[in-house]
Amino acid sequence: MLNRIYDWIDDRIDITPIWRDVADHEVPEHVNPAYHFSAFVYCFGGLTFFITVIQILSGMFLTMYYVPDIINAWNSVYFLQQDVAAGVIVRGMHHWGASLVVVMMFLHTLRVFFTGAYKSPRELNWVVGVLLFAVMLGLAFTGYLLPWDMKALFATKVGLDIAESVPFIGEWIKTLLAGDATIIGAQTLTRFFAIHVFFLPAALFVLMAIHFILIRRQGIAGPL
Amino acid sequence: MSQKVTRRQFLNYSLMGVGSFMAAGMILPMGRFALDPLFKESSASDMIATSVKVADITEEPVSVDFTFEQTDGWYVSEVTDFAWVYKEGDEIIALSPVCKHLGCTVSWASDASNPERFFCPCHNGLYEKNGENVPGTPPRGPLDMYEVGESDGFLTIGAIKENELV
Repeated sequence: MLNRIYDWIDDRIDITPIWRDVADHEVPEHVNPAYHFSAFVYCFGGLTFFITVIQILSGMFLTMYYVPDIINAWNSVYFLQQDVAAGVIVRGMHHWGASLVVVMMFLHTLRVFFTGAYKSPRELNWVVGVLLFAVMLGLAFTGYLLPWDMKALFATKVGLDIAESVPFIGEWIKTLLAGDATIIGAQTLTRFFAIHVFFLPAALFVLMAIHFILIRRQGIAGPL
Repeated sequence: MSQKVTRRQFLNYSLMGVGSFMAAGMILPMGRFALDPLFKESSASDMIATSVKVADITEEPVSVDFTFEQTDGWYVSEVTDFAWVYKEGDEIIALSPVCKHLGCTVSWASDASNPERFFCPCHNGLYEKNGENVPGTPPRGPLDMYEVGESDGFLTIGAIKENELV
């Protein structure tokens, strides 16, 4: 049945070459853990992507209940975690995934560094990767405030103080992030929400697309 | 039944099995999370006391406010609704003021040419005193009614139900 639907579509718009181009590519021996178990270090990039997908999905579902408002944010998180079925699981996925994605990304960076995969002609993809790292840390930072509990508030106070310590433009950066020169409150929360849910994910998608296209164009770096 | 499973098939099945298991592990909790409103039981509504004495109710419909605590997710608030209440013989009738056309609020005898009917100003809907919709006007059914009761001489109002007078 599924095969016939696929054939019907494929007869008309010839989709096979599209997915074959994505899916059919040789995995070199030196990155295949079946040949050399130590090659598992080459999995960290894929694991980062896998957890990113979980983050995107669980985040989409969390916004069904979450509100970025200082009166209701904490209560809505409490409600979705305590009163909604599987809420503790979905929030747990997003909470633990956030830490795990940073860890995986860091391990991926170490692998690229120590195998020398960033060297010519792949310098551009290293640059894109560093930008991805920054975007991901931005997502982690802005997401941390959203539950609007004491830990979130004080972590953000510290983060904004660090931003303020930038020479010359520090105060502007802090005000721009917080939405107010002195208060960390209603406007900070909505700003962080917008950045966390719209701006940084948009940047993340673009950079990930470039990252992956470059890998396919240039191939995986050779063995040590 | 000794069909040989090739190495390729075996790998395909294993990978699809593991893949489905992982996908299900992700999708099931999120799906249940999103579908939760469908599985929430609506709490049985209590009888709500009003400030109107049963003895004071006449055959003329009057609007009676009743206030109750509503829990909407994480938001708890006091909500005030009202009903059109009158006496029919010994029986007390409490009609919902929500028009069955598009949900506007109807009022008693507010149309000068229909002094003995409920009138909806949005599209000139009309209802008889017992809530029956007047043919030829927009509403497609009779007004709903509330369960009523008495507590210490005061009127109490309960769950909304379909009109039983028509």
